[in-house]
Amino acid sequence: MTENVISLGGLQVTSRDALSKAMESSGCESSACGTSDGPADMAPEVWEKVKDHPCYSEEAHHYFARMHVAVAPACNIQCNYCNRKYDCANESRPGVVSERLTPDGAARKVIAVANEIPQLSVLGIAGPGDSAYDWRKTKATFQQVVQDLPDIKLCLSTNGLALPDHVDELMDMNIDHVTLTINMIDPEIGTKIYPWIFYDHRRIEGLEASQILHERQMQSLDMLSERGILVKVNSVMIPGINDKHLLEVNKEVKKRGAFLHNIMPLISDPAHGTVFGLNGQRGPTAAELKELQDACAGGANLMKHCRQCRADAVGLLGEDRGQEFTMDQVPEQVTYDPSKREAYREWVAEERGERRAAAQEARTETAAAVTSDADAMLIAVATKGGGRINQHFGHATEFQIFEVDAQGVRFVTHRRCDNYCVGGYGEEDKLELVIKTLEGIDTILCAKIGDCPREDLAAAGIEAIQDYAYDYIETAVSAVYRARMGQPATEAEIA
Amino acid sequence: MALKIVVENCTVCGACEFECPNAAITFADDTYVIDPDLCTECKGHYDTPQCVAVCPVPETCVPA
Repeated sequence: MTENVISLGGLQVTSRDALSKAMESSGCESSACGTSDGPADMAPEVWEKVKDHPCYSEEAHHYFARMHVAVAPACNIQCNYCNRKYDCANESRPGVVSERLTPDGAARKVIAVANEIPQLSVLGIAGPGDSAYDWRKTKATFQQVVQDLPDIKLCLSTNGLALPDHVDELMDMNIDHVTLTINMIDPEIGTKIYPWIFYDHRRIEGLEASQILHERQMQSLDMLSERGILVKVNSVMIPGINDKHLLEVNKEVKKRGAFLHNIMPLISDPAHGTVFGLNGQRGPTAAELKELQDACAGGANLMKHCRQCRADAVGLLGEDRGQEFTMDQVPEQVTYDPSKREAYREWVAEERGERRAAAQEARTETAAAVTSDADAMLIAVATKGGGRINQHFGHATEFQIFEVDAQGVRFVTHRRCDNYCVGGYGEEDKLELVIKTLEGIDTILCAKIGDCPREDLAAAGIEAIQDYAYDYIETAVSAVYRARMGQPATEAEIA
Repeated sequence: MALKIVVENCTVCGACEFECPNAAITFADDTYVIDPDLCTECKGHYDTPQCVAVCPVPETCVPA
């Protein structure tokens, strides 16, 4: 994914103008997870917590980056989709990691990343293992990191079994974000997912295991909600086991105060050596996932920008720069330089304000030009982040899909076109893959595209448009929509 | 009477280290090792050896 890398960190960021210019020449970032709601849609204190967190705010994921450190490898449950012996540097999925860190090593790595990636705003501990069970290492890491970077947001992912024992300590450390993985609220279903748990000094199997796990997960959710800690619930969608049941999970976690619900497709492959992989359990299709997400309307807010990243991922959600920051590349002594992150934050504060204003203007214009019952349209966008159309078609490893109608422009999902281990595919093969990826979408906006791929796309019925290069996504998507609906785009939008 | 860790199976997650009531398990040379002089197989503490119960890989904590 190196072509997807933004090197803002290497730029001399001195002013907002310089940064804007740099982004136009090199592009900026890529995007990834959370609610697309802005400050107008939630209480100010909640917006304050999510506005810089790429996983909790879809808008923030255009601007801010996260990093995970794998410091807590011990786990207290066994899941049928996890194999603890598996590890691959080329694989991108939850729980996979190439090296484990000590709390001290992790603290140095965070500083090295913060010095290079000014978008860094969140440090998460998300496996392999369970951050709340392996608590001493989690806590030691957080305590060391905040000494140098007091403004970084701390975040952890857990199955919830051990979490109730540490909620007060989370409060003491000002942790505002916790992800709970909840795959069921019916222990009978749990028996098909969890062969055993380790609890109260015993290995417990069968229904009793899932019963205890379920009770502790609900207790965790209640305790966190009561204390104002934002909870994202992650659920793995497993066809035939919990797919329909997740609708009930969605309602229950909403009732108990979850901020977001992230339904992720099961990743299953015999080569991973998991129980599900070996017994042929399949993952859901994109259509099945979408159907479930649509059915959850009215329940807990869904996160649709999740990239199911690695446990040692670094960067914006759609990219992973983890391989640039392996411990052999992190110096023994490293000093934090806050200037780049500060400059970047100032820039974002202004930039996102302008983007929001531009989006509002585009919405007003569209509402005036298009009848309110006009069909919605899906448009694919190639972006490196920053909320702009700023990626070359040929460099895109994923496309963001936006839905537009008279009510406005909404992020729907992303579609990847770089399925891991595709090394060896030629350019034409890749284009075929992209065309397949874009199924059901007939328009793509990108910063630039060559004549050949544009003609091939056209032959497949997909129009590639580069006229809106470096524009805001919302402005460009709105203009295309108005044009399709019979209203020409204004000159200002094309300029 | 003691247990040992089968190095090829160990994922080095360290769960056994902090569950061991005898502090018999330590990290050394990229793996965890059980000190046979300290290991009691948890007799007097728990019904089952804790390292065996928590280990994610079967046949990893076995009789020495």
